[in-house]
Amino acid sequence: MRFFALLVAVFSTLLTAGEIPLAERRSGYEFMSRETRAMQDDEATGPALFSLLDGEALWSRKEGQPGVACASCHASMKGVAVRYPKVESGRAVNLEQQINFCRTGRQKAPAWAYESRELLALTAYVARQSRGMPIAIEWNEATAPFLEAGRAAFNRRQGQLNLSCAQCHDDNWGKRLAGSVIPQAHPTGYPIYRLEWEGVGSLQRRLRNCLAGIRAETLPYGAQELVELEFFLMWRANGMRLETPAVRP
Amino acid sequence: MTSRRRFLALVSGALAAGEVSAQLDPNIQALRAAALESAIRKVTGGKPVREGKVKLDLPPLVDNGNTVPLSVSVASPMTSADHVKAIHVLTEKNPQPYVVSAYLGPRAGRASIATRARIADTGKVIAIAQLSDGSFWSATVSVVVTLSACLEEGLI
Amino acid sequence: MARVVVNAPKSAKRGEVIEIRTLAGHAMETGFRRTQTGELIPRDIITQLVCTYNGVEVFRAELHPAMAANPLITFTTVATESGTLELKWTGDNGYVATQSASITVV
Repeated sequence: MRFFALLVAVFSTLLTAGEIPLAERRSGYEFMSRETRAMQDDEATGPALFSLLDGEALWSRKEGQPGVACASCHASMKGVAVRYPKVESGRAVNLEQQINFCRTGRQKAPAWAYESRELLALTAYVARQSRGMPIAIEWNEATAPFLEAGRAAFNRRQGQLNLSCAQCHDDNWGKRLAGSVIPQAHPTGYPIYRLEWEGVGSLQRRLRNCLAGIRAETLPYGAQELVELEFFLMWRANGMRLETPAVRP
Repeated sequence: MTSRRRFLALVSGALAAGEVSAQLDPNIQALRAAALESAIRKVTGGKPVREGKVKLDLPPLVDNGNTVPLSVSVASPMTSADHVKAIHVLTEKNPQPYVVSAYLGPRAGRASIATRARIADTGKVIAIAQLSDGSFWSATVSVVVTLSACLEEGLI
Repeated sequence: MARVVVNAPKSAKRGEVIEIRTLAGHAMETGFRRTQTGELIPRDIITQLVCTYNGVEVFRAELHPAMAANPLITFTTVATESGTLELKWTGDNGYVATQSASITVV
């Protein structure tokens, strides 16, 4: 009997530690008004359209000394974005960083700056090809240390407001924070067109906004801690459909 | 070492700049209400505006004031004899009252437009339709606009 | 390079009312925003959209700073005859963009 109780205790810890059961996972899409959802659904006139068109052009553009385009090596990017971030050479790597690795390594072209129009456009174009597919991040021996670090960051109280991500997004999702509904914080549609930015931006930009909001240190773009948090957030959203490019308030 | 005279000249120059004082003006709501009234008068040429015929569709609680989808439609047969000539959309609390003015005519087939507006603050949005017979009709919607949670505040 | 997108049906029945959806890539700087040091950022917006159908103006819109960035404007017109819809956007600082769409009316 005691063994059974112990088993239940261990099992529920694994569940409650930063993970909303799949059946209860809801995308930020569901917390938006009908009109904003329509903006995301209508791709023909959606506000992220120009970024996608830019990305499409960049995909075929020959770059660098060897004069190769992404299209020269890669056929379809279907299924790629739902498996990022990944572990590469002992580090957690997100899609933007992977694109830059290809640029510097294969195309021998200079890396694009984070949040640059080009990097966002190409990331959006690549991720768009996985739209509708379920997010699929594996928790295994290789990924565990990074996902654990991300989970710890998610649950850690920080900043002047001494808040953890979990306090709002696990414990209080659905309730309102000054007029806005608190979503569950699943990165199901990045890069997103955020109405507040009136433009397209990455998950790291959004995370930095959150960190600024709780008056915590805003980690620099590309920081390993941010990538680990991205990694954990994607794992936490496993099974949910990718919506890139999503529209969010 | 700035002389007192020069210092006073600089300060009064800044105050007279106008733009700064408009931001700090305690009567800003009254000023904006007056600007809206005058804009409506300009659009209608002082003629009376009646409520009706116009349908203004926008969310009562906007997700974000930067991009508010709205649509306006007017009940009209859109014939040469009886059609909508123009649709004007205005707001109460923006720095200036006009949003968009659309000029239609019988070739439109339907009096119906859709767009996305910026609405700075909680208040009224007004759609005014000018008909071919010279009459003006309007619809007013009150919207609630809240600030986004987790802003960037100059951080990119 | 001014970027615009026009969504209009390629064919329609004579007399049918068709919907034309247009999108222009433009930041629509209002002229009311200030930099971190307090300077006013000058206005830079699209001010007008005109649609002609085989040369005849069928729609015109005047845009103001209260239009959202990347302005979307959706309107209707009657499919009278086969031909070309020409859309032209003009704005501050000499901004001009054009796009045409062919339509076959049966």
